[in-house]
Amino acid sequence: MSSLSVDNLLGIKYLNKQDLNLIFKTSDNFKEVINRKIKKVPSLRDVTIANLFFENSTRTKLSFELAQKRLSADVVNFSSSGSSISKGETLIDTVNNILSMKVDMIVMRHPSPGASVFLSKNVKSCIINAGDGTHEHPTQALLDAYSLIEKIGDLKSKNILIVGDIMHSRVALSNIFAYQKLGANVTVCGPKSLIPKSIESLNVKVETNFRKALKNSDAVNMLRIQNERMSESYFPSIREYVQQYGLTMPLLSSINKEIIVMHPGPINRGVEITSEVADSDQAIILDQVENGVAIRMAVMYLLAAKLK
Amino acid sequence: MNPKKILNANEISTILNRLSFQLIEDHNTFNDTVIIAIQPRGAILGKRISKLINKYEKDNNLKIGYLDITFFRDDFRRTQKVLKASATEIEFTIENKTVVLVDDVLFTGRSIRAALNAIQSFGRPKEIQLLTLIDRRFSRELPIQPDYCGTQVDSRLNEKVIVHWKENDLEDSVYLHKNKK
Repeated sequence: MSSLSVDNLLGIKYLNKQDLNLIFKTSDNFKEVINRKIKKVPSLRDVTIANLFFENSTRTKLSFELAQKRLSADVVNFSSSGSSISKGETLIDTVNNILSMKVDMIVMRHPSPGASVFLSKNVKSCIINAGDGTHEHPTQALLDAYSLIEKIGDLKSKNILIVGDIMHSRVALSNIFAYQKLGANVTVCGPKSLIPKSIESLNVKVETNFRKALKNSDAVNMLRIQNERMSESYFPSIREYVQQYGLTMPLLSSINKEIIVMHPGPINRGVEITSEVADSDQAIILDQVENGVAIRMAVMYLLAAKLK
Repeated sequence: MNPKKILNANEISTILNRLSFQLIEDHNTFNDTVIIAIQPRGAILGKRISKLINKYEKDNNLKIGYLDITFFRDDFRRTQKVLKASATEIEFTIENKTVVLVDDVLFTGRSIRAALNAIQSFGRPKEIQLLTLIDRRFSRELPIQPDYCGTQVDSRLNEKVIVHWKENDLEDSVYLHKNKK
């Protein structure tokens, strides 16, 4: 108890239930800290963290950086545009160069699935995955599960629905692992073309009828259509997708049940979710963002405790 | 070696009564004084003291808060021991108040140093005082002394003083453990 079973946060797959609960418990403390007038604690004042973003990000990058500053860590930022990546430097070389400047922890977002696992095998540092291609986005899943527990309590035997572009979504995969480890049942829903063939091997239910899937759910996580990852078209038109899988107020209120609505952001208003739903009381989208800072503080605090 | 009992329930009760009267004498109705108990081990002591104050001085405005100092400690990443956080609950401002910090055992003084830092997140107090049940007076590593002290204990560095409260451990008592890590 009281210490994580891992030295890096590469994915939810590598964590156990105790790890998840320890992160949530620690996040409770940090949530109280970030709601103080003076939102800063000195825990990580002798730790230096590099944020390496090889892919665009607003929320995650800001959230990590705020979390680091609230913990009093020293932070350096790196984004691939304007860097030596374009001169042909490899990932390992880039990271080793940064580590030579005495950096203790790396937070990395990368477009290639498995980039953080690869890095953890090749460099000596503590690595936090902030999203690697279509693979995992562990801190997002942690904050999703944390926000949901805050709202509906223990997730054991709860039914959670993930809707949309399951195939290209790292949030979906991390979410599935997190919810299952916490004892929930996960259903995915979306056009067949956006659901990976082998998804059932993860013990996930597949449902293509959105209304039917919603009826059996306690919470729904609406994913964004990731146009930037699609090289071909997976459905006839956005309009048709919206008709089949868009979450609207009439649809939500036609189901006689209080369903919690989540969204990892950025929202495409009017596509996967209408403004009316996104801004309603059932949506906890902004709670998710607030909790994101507390979760990331907890993750970095707990991993820093294991730094040699 | 068996732990040695330093204080029994009766002695603790006498001390708590005395500390409460000292606080009432110095702070009257507690209009400008708040008690901040340090989590987790100072919390029960803080609750006991405030209960006694309420008993002896009915007309008071005493407020009590709980401060967790985990994230302010200076031994993070320097000990094998994993630091476990508790909740901070301070529902009032300490700006211009006299703060009485409450903890069970004053040992090296490092927890109190952390508490002095942590308390700054809640405002600028007029004055900070310290109340401890046990003062291990020969073990200090920082220039920190209690203003209100239950009893002084002379002990070696490798010994440990453990306070038991009936809320958690069936009886009120204080033990000195020899050679305990």
